[in-house]
Amino acid sequence: MRRTTPALALTAALALAALTACSGGDDLDQTDPDIKPATLTVLAAASLTEAFTEIGDQFEAEHPGVTVEFGFAASSDLAAQITEGAPADVFASADQKNMDKVTDAGAAVDPQVFALNQLVIAVPEGNPDGVTGLADLAGLDFAACAAEVPCGAAAETAVAASGADLAPVTYEADVKSTLQKLTLGEVDAALVYRTDAIAADDEVDAVEFPESAEAVNAYPISALADARETYLAAEFTEYVLGDDAWSVLEAAGFQRP
Amino acid sequence: MPAKRTRRRRVPAALLAPAAVGLAFLILPLAGLLARAPWTELPARLAEPAMLDALRLSLVTATLATALSLLFGVPIAWLLARGDFPGRSLLRALVTVPLVLPPVVGGVALLLVFGRSGFVGSWLHERFDVTIPFSTTAVVLAMTFVSMPFLVVSVEGALRGADVRFEEAAATLGAGRWTVFSRVTLPMIAPGVLAGAVLCWARALGEFGATITFAGNFPGRTQTMPLAVYLALQSDLEAAIVLSLILLAVSVAVLASLRDRWTAVA
Repeated sequence: MRRTTPALALTAALALAALTACSGGDDLDQTDPDIKPATLTVLAAASLTEAFTEIGDQFEAEHPGVTVEFGFAASSDLAAQITEGAPADVFASADQKNMDKVTDAGAAVDPQVFALNQLVIAVPEGNPDGVTGLADLAGLDFAACAAEVPCGAAAETAVAASGADLAPVTYEADVKSTLQKLTLGEVDAALVYRTDAIAADDEVDAVEFPESAEAVNAYPISALADARETYLAAEFTEYVLGDDAWSVLEAAGFQRP
Repeated sequence: MPAKRTRRRRVPAALLAPAAVGLAFLILPLAGLLARAPWTELPARLAEPAMLDALRLSLVTATLATALSLLFGVPIAWLLARGDFPGRSLLRALVTVPLVLPPVVGGVALLLVFGRSGFVGSWLHERFDVTIPFSTTAVVLAMTFVSMPFLVVSVEGALRGADVRFEEAAATLGAGRWTVFSRVTLPMIAPGVLAGAVLCWARALGEFGATITFAGNFPGRTQTMPLAVYLALQSDLEAAIVLSLILLAVSVAVLASLRDRWTAVA
């Protein structure tokens, strides 16, 4: 056994060398000289996770050799990362305020609003408490975002517009964890974006309420001044503003600006 | 004798160089915070009632969590170090799970047990009308879950290093098992227990992930300093830095004063 091992290894190595040599040759034959592999880094608000992942796949399909990498987090975290010099090509924010921070720091090129998002009351599937509007939240335990993050600022405005005296049991740090408190059964309702409620369609129902029109969130996107892939960054921004991306965003529950 | 103690020991260069690099790595980020801190804002921040609420809540809950960890953690450490039963190494691995688990997952795990629909939580809810999530109790539980392993590991190490012959001698002289533990073992391992308690308290004070997941964020009830810092970070980096420095200063002051008191006794 021992004696055959080196021979085996040698055969395997030779086979592997032959194989890689062949495939290398094939690659050379098929590669279009115009396409250079490139990676585009897009930092996007957490509420864009599902929609942008799909848009990214579409964009990659239309741009062979291009890989789109996403960093999804709270817009405010991303804005801080960008102004502190994190390398990225495109920024998509869930609100104007955080895009303004980036623009003021001279890091964004030309922000444009590509989608709008509105709050809904997410309730457990089947709406066991019969919630029809904000006023029904009075006797219930509900979760909302903290005023420091966009969904919380929107919730505060909407609740103020309703005139109801409502306080959630918890002010969550982002919209996903607000919804999570509902899906884990810890609260009876949660004030989240329509898109988040749609993404969790199989577990929650969305109750629309008129006051949410007072607090519509605009989503701006911009190529970044320090982008390494300048051309691709502009290309991706255009794509997100275009019709192909819109059909994805619409299905996710966004409204067109 | 004192002359001998004060004589300088030469530090081997092979230790000095990595120690210097390591120290720089640990200290530079703090220097970064200090350099960026808007010192003029400090007095105004210190006077904010919301900040004081968060600070008080942090100190109280971290201390309660340390007390709970001592109460339950020292016996666990004794079992792991002195106990003789099958599955001990498995148990030791399980005790350290909270160290490895991302704290946010720890928070979800606590919800699944103590939450409104968790198997302990639903029973508490129906039987006693008690709900743990979104309460100060939840903050203490989250902190205890995350920080107790630090205490257990330290105390177990101290117990393993302690000389068993003292315990055996006490036993031969007629001391009962509890007397041996409380009069011989515990004084012997006191420095280890103290180190463990300090680690545990510090970890509890900085606890964020499990707390925000399990206890939520409500000012005055569950919003500890790390939560306040994180939310301040969403809108105002400078404010977040000021808040972290206040937390840092208070914790260093508490630890330093404790140390002085203990060394004075010893």
